[in-house]
Amino acid sequence: MKLIYKKPDTITKRDTTYCPGCPHGIAHRLIAELLEEMDLVKKTVIVWPVGCSVFGYYFIATDAVEAAHGRACAMATGIKRTHPESFVISYQGDGDLASIGIAEAVHAAARGERITVVYINNGNYGMTGGQMAPTTLIGQITTTTPYGRKPELNGFPMHVPEMLAALDGPAYIARAALDSPQHIIQAKKFLRKAFNAQKNNLGFSLVEMISACPTNWKMTPVEAMERIRKEVLPVFPIGEFKVAKGVE
Amino acid sequence: MEKKVIINEERCKSCGLCVSVCPKHVLRISDRINSKGYHPAELFDNENCISCGFCYLICPDMAIEEVRRPEPVKK
Repeated sequence: MKLIYKKPDTITKRDTTYCPGCPHGIAHRLIAELLEEMDLVKKTVIVWPVGCSVFGYYFIATDAVEAAHGRACAMATGIKRTHPESFVISYQGDGDLASIGIAEAVHAAARGERITVVYINNGNYGMTGGQMAPTTLIGQITTTTPYGRKPELNGFPMHVPEMLAALDGPAYIARAALDSPQHIIQAKKFLRKAFNAQKNNLGFSLVEMISACPTNWKMTPVEAMERIRKEVLPVFPIGEFKVAKGVE
Repeated sequence: MEKKVIINEERCKSCGLCVSVCPKHVLRISDRINSKGYHPAELFDNENCISCGFCYLICPDMAIEEVRRPEPVKK
């Protein structure tokens, strides 16, 4: 029997604390696979955010730091500047990066810090019970927008990769989705380029991953993945927004 | 024949994503209960499994630990 896929050894034996069907685990696995394939596990430091993935250091066996809410990019900057030989990943959600931590993220990108940001966008604050996030779609019902998000009252969803791609500092900016095997394979390709951008010292890199939150969307995991394809991807299209030379 | 998909039933949370993406419909949610109280997924039709690995790719809990493909038979 030929081995096609094997769970990466960097993933610990501990069970994840996520709800059934939460794509956080898929993102964790992609990171672990790539770190093993690129032989970076020993020198990686992952900065974990506040959110559902706050216990991420239990699931991926690398060095890790826990940042205050929204400050993961600032913390990653400090680690990368004091230990330039290390490989620094900041793992953040949409409430963490796009709301409270937008200043840190934009300035880290503008300075061209040699860090990689994995940005998980599920359209709400999952950990605290599904409140509206900056990325909530127009008309989406959350606990703080019970009649749906209204543009005149709550504004419009925020497109972080498009925003950051306008800056000069980033070397690689892309958006992927975690809803189907095809998109997951594509997400891994994008993430590999983002890791290359840091490995080759080219600049800031960010990959947004469109994720689901079945519990707070009040759907089954399969319905939540269908909602990504039908409602979320038309608003947040998959693609690469900035590709510097040398990330391939 | 050996199992083509190795599922760690203790890690499974019965989300059903692997069942939804399986192109050959060889996976299902079993009647057994694991220690977390979920019904784990199982491979019930090993013969028709094509080892595509879609279940591995979508599994959010890393419960699908290995996907294997039989060596081609030499004529």
